[in-house]
Amino acid sequence: MCLAVPGKVVEITPDALGMNMSKVSFGGVLKEVCLAYVPEVQVGDYVIVHAGFALSQLNEEEAMEVFALLNEIADTQAE
Amino acid sequence: MRFMDEYRSEADARKLLDAIERLVSRPWTIMEICGGQTHTLIKTGIDRMLPDAVTLVHGPGCPVCVTPLEMIDRAIAIARQPGVLFTSFGDMLRVPGSRTDLLSVKAGGGDVRIVYSPLDALKLAQRNPDRQVVFFAVGFETTAPGNAMAVWQARELGVRNFSVLCSHVLVPPAMEAILGSGENTVQSFLAAGHVCTVMGYREYEPIAERYRVPIVVTGFEPLDLLQGIYMALKSLEEGRWGVENQYSRSVTRDGNVAAQRLMGQVFETCDRPWRGIGLIPRSGYRLRPEFRDWDAEARFAVEGVQAQESPLCIAGQILRGTKKPHECGAFASLCTPEHPLGAPMVSSEGACAAYYQYHRARV
Repeated sequence: MCLAVPGKVVEITPDALGMNMSKVSFGGVLKEVCLAYVPEVQVGDYVIVHAGFALSQLNEEEAMEVFALLNEIADTQAE
Repeated sequence: MRFMDEYRSEADARKLLDAIERLVSRPWTIMEICGGQTHTLIKTGIDRMLPDAVTLVHGPGCPVCVTPLEMIDRAIAIARQPGVLFTSFGDMLRVPGSRTDLLSVKAGGGDVRIVYSPLDALKLAQRNPDRQVVFFAVGFETTAPGNAMAVWQARELGVRNFSVLCSHVLVPPAMEAILGSGENTVQSFLAAGHVCTVMGYREYEPIAERYRVPIVVTGFEPLDLLQGIYMALKSLEEGRWGVENQYSRSVTRDGNVAAQRLMGQVFETCDRPWRGIGLIPRSGYRLRPEFRDWDAEARFAVEGVQAQESPLCIAGQILRGTKKPHECGAFASLCTPEHPLGAPMVSSEGACAAYYQYHRARV
């Protein structure tokens, strides 16, 4: 139930209630996703999707943090 | 695939495992409360690769597994009623109720359908005005924004033949119940990354403070889990407590405020029984009174359902982390994914299913 997957927004269209619906690509597989909870998201952005809803926009800068820590650890080991 | 493959690098995983090996100086016990994380840990074998001094305990992170038996029986009773089109996520269909399961109801001619999103269930209601469409809303906070939206849209669009059977559960009260229990051995938690994507992590700060435990909000890929474990161990070794955020590419301290706002309009907190654990106060969501017309429990009178668990199933101990699946007498013999005795063997996020799939050859 926690399973949510990152995907890339390829198309956005507002629905009958004025909410943004979208097509999101998961490695080529397209699914319909509601963007109501991530209103600033644009085509080309990456989102975390769960059960047809985008819950967050993936932050590229923060995404690199994992690797920054790894380099830190590698440096400590080298000493 | 971007934002996924990079977090599965074996070389980087090795670096983190080595760092953990060098870091640990005495025994520590860490619990994750998220079925998705449990699954990755067991599938990748991370639980086996950590130093012996580190004990990983799998908590009640599978919402399918903790859905009360009475709720499953209630769902079955509703699904059997003529004119009902019962919808649900996939893994609820094979969870055993007292006597049968939703899949058997479907096999027997009931209209039970798997949906990918609660909005699909709402669409079915719009396209089938002569049917009563019910959606089984099971999940942690991750699923609540979508379910809130479906109910809210149903009201906005005037869809009257749609209702939701609500069985939401919340993580922080479960964490407190575990920490507050006399038999607790857990010294640190990995908090569920997608629950926190929705809720933020403010509500974990008082828990970390009160019980002096490190809590690390963690993602789901192998590198995320290893980094989360590393951060938890570092805090433990240094005698620090508080909340840290490993999954910062998706989680912020405040979480998704827009989602929380709609959830607050549609749901209210309530007491909930957790299958295998018992009642945890204020640990669930139910629909607010103004949405009563979309509440399946109010619409369908299904009282007097007598719930009976299998006497052989030790799901409760599995969910509290006091026993591992292979320690159950029925594991992989009387209880298998094909004929499960309890929920943790059915759900894709259940510990027993994960052990069966990935560890059976080695235990």
